[in-house]
Amino acid sequence: MIFDVAVLGGGPAGMAAAAEAARGGARVVLLEESPAPGGQVYRAPPAGFEMKPDRDRQEGDALRAALAASGADIRTGCRVWGLGGGPLVPEGQFDAPFSLSALSADGAPFTVQSRALILCCGTHERIIPFPGWTLPGVIGLAAATILLKAQGILPGQRVVVAGAGPLLYAVAAKILAGGGSVAALIDAATPGEWLRALPALSARPDLLAQGMAWRAKLLAARVPVLTGAQVTAAEGNKVLSHVRVAHRVFEADALCIGHGLVPATEASRTYRARHVHRPEDGGWVPVLDTAQRTSVPFLYAAGDGAGVRGAAAAPAAGRLAARTALHDLGFSLAYASEEDAALKRARRTGAAMARMMTLRPAMVAAIPAETIICRCEGVTRSEIEKAAAAGANTINQLKHFTRCGMGPCQGRMCGEAAGALLAAARGVDVAELGFATGRIPLRPVPMASILGDFDYADIPVPAPAPI
Amino acid sequence: MNMRFDAAVIGAGVMGCATALFLARGGMRVVLLDRGEICREASGVNAGTLTMQMTRAALIPYALRAHEMWMNMPAWCAGGDVLATACPGLSVAFTDAEAAMLEERARIRREAGAPIELIDGRAAQAIEPGLADGVKLAGHCPIDGFASAYLTGRAFRAALQEAGVTLMEATPVRGIDGRFMLDTSAGAVAAQRVVLAGGVWLQDMAAWLGVTLPIKVLINQLVVTERMPPVMRTVLGVASGLLSLKQYANGTVLIGGGWQGIGDRARGGVAVRSENFLGNVRLAAHTVPALRQARVVRSWLGLEAETADALPAIGPIPGIDDAWIIGSVHSGYTSGPYMGRILAQAILGDAPELPLFPIDRLLHQRSNSA
Repeated sequence: MIFDVAVLGGGPAGMAAAAEAARGGARVVLLEESPAPGGQVYRAPPAGFEMKPDRDRQEGDALRAALAASGADIRTGCRVWGLGGGPLVPEGQFDAPFSLSALSADGAPFTVQSRALILCCGTHERIIPFPGWTLPGVIGLAAATILLKAQGILPGQRVVVAGAGPLLYAVAAKILAGGGSVAALIDAATPGEWLRALPALSARPDLLAQGMAWRAKLLAARVPVLTGAQVTAAEGNKVLSHVRVAHRVFEADALCIGHGLVPATEASRTYRARHVHRPEDGGWVPVLDTAQRTSVPFLYAAGDGAGVRGAAAAPAAGRLAARTALHDLGFSLAYASEEDAALKRARRTGAAMARMMTLRPAMVAAIPAETIICRCEGVTRSEIEKAAAAGANTINQLKHFTRCGMGPCQGRMCGEAAGALLAAARGVDVAELGFATGRIPLRPVPMASILGDFDYADIPVPAPAPI
Repeated sequence: MNMRFDAAVIGAGVMGCATALFLARGGMRVVLLDRGEICREASGVNAGTLTMQMTRAALIPYALRAHEMWMNMPAWCAGGDVLATACPGLSVAFTDAEAAMLEERARIRREAGAPIELIDGRAAQAIEPGLADGVKLAGHCPIDGFASAYLTGRAFRAALQEAGVTLMEATPVRGIDGRFMLDTSAGAVAAQRVVLAGGVWLQDMAAWLGVTLPIKVLINQLVVTERMPPVMRTVLGVASGLLSLKQYANGTVLIGGGWQGIGDRARGGVAVRSENFLGNVRLAAHTVPALRQARVVRSWLGLEAETADALPAIGPIPGIDDAWIIGSVHSGYTSGPYMGRILAQAILGDAPELPLFPIDRLLHQRSNSA
């Protein structure tokens, strides 16, 4: 069967897109990696695990309930590794249905086909390297939110929270609420930056109030808050014991650190959609029209994966993408779009937060020469700069010179810092370096699980070359 | 910008680089142009196999000499290195049909000079303990090996500079006027001689000179695993040639063999076909069972050129003095540096060590009415 609409990613944008498309009468399938839909902000606890519902949980539950009632085919716990169809056809052929190869939660391979595809792939975290960032005990802010939100697990007993953006305050507040202590909060943004963001934040008073509440909690717990500051080193013998911030040293058994979010564009790159580099959106993003269409027919993107605007803006963008897809597929929609104003407000707030999380060139410039940038392949800053001097001009060429980005993270961890370093070394804008070519597998896949049962005789070996 | 060179080489893949290098060492002022970056197409993304058992019989003498060049690359390439590693090669047959194919192909290649002996499955497992049971027959060639193809551009760059070659990357050539004025994105470049070395784009380049040379485009898929403990120590293939398998020093296993992806001359590599990705890794896991423990981390595409008779296009371009062509060499990476060396010999006015592959045969439709 060919679905009308497939939605890749079940965060706020994906949940809303799938529910909206199903509500409009389309046959819809939603593919999500986690055991339950929700995404990062609206993450659900695992089945059977009780947690006190917070505000995010309530909003997430509402989206989940609407999705469950929509009639969409929801496939969670599945890993999509192969992408095909759409424009990925031989020369002269018409576009094909989109085709997604995946492993189900129990490891069984399956393929889904659809006439339209909505990408709601979210983001991955940017971490600008610093000495000691690969020590056990140092984790991403996003990783900390998974621990805290899904199962109420503290990342440590005494935690330094550092980086940029609202996630900092959310994580610190949750650690306190969970009974942990926060040794310090290190915010790269200055008070001036927060002040300038205030007008945009006031477009969503609810979010502003939430932020104020987080800050009040920190104040009450007498957590030292350093602004306009950054971690200079994580130190410890085999595991983290101290976090250094210029001349100050904090004792800590965990450091949760993140410098913003980077849209996950693996799928849109693989489908060869046009992309543009916009630092204020998080980096490379697919070029979209005002109705969420990418440059590839019947391929849409919504949510943070299309440019960081936050969870509050994502559902409306997802719904818009779904309505556009249905319109393009020839469905007649009985209802008009009703939430453009809300989407605009949420996007304004999200944009202000995204600006706060934009890559900070000064932070990249401060990375010491021998600090590892690509932790999969052990490539240091000085090796990247040596490659630049020896003629590596693009991101793809940097891979050839240094293996930077060729490990299991597929360039997700190092790509941003490596790009900024290469651009600085060459004296060009990061946009000139291009981006890594999108190719399957979307995620590293265990060979055993994709192989399935097969007979040697059934492998469709092509005809051999002439002797 | 207006420059005058003794020779302009268009296309900075392994053959263009080698040709340019040896021309410059022969005393010529050489410019090497590429629309992208040096060795970033087929020459930088191929499987790096330096094997005789996938090489066409007619090319074995060339491949043997090229193998020696790869293994000694730093010595002739100003220290440039692709980490070429010599090891035994095995081509295995799991079925009677494959065994028959292997016997025939090994014999033809042996007659062409490749020291291939046929051994049974047990003997093959002694050479390659990672090999699966059930091998009926194996071709064993002690001269085999592999390189890290992605290092090729980096390896050639220093030597080209040292030899005085002017390297113009990201400089597309749009056409050639007269004898020879290259219309490039960086202005006109004048040269006494021109060498077309554009891989699958040779067809378009030949058209600049009014020559119709059909070149077929193969879109080869490659797959690589994460680093893993040693699972194999040879270059492994199957009799059909549709598997090439090797483990690098860093632990990654490269899986190739020429399974086809989607792409074309105009768009380049467009997409890896999931079903061919799966077929390729199944063949690999069947041959080396320990690969089942691997995680696949990346796949990519490389474009290979093929003439009508699948033999190389290397030599003068008929009817146009001082215009030369090099490319469309099956398993071209293996033989590449040697092909560049002998073409440079011919251009410099010396007799090439081994015969070239003139393209006259490809330009005229012969009637086969027997």
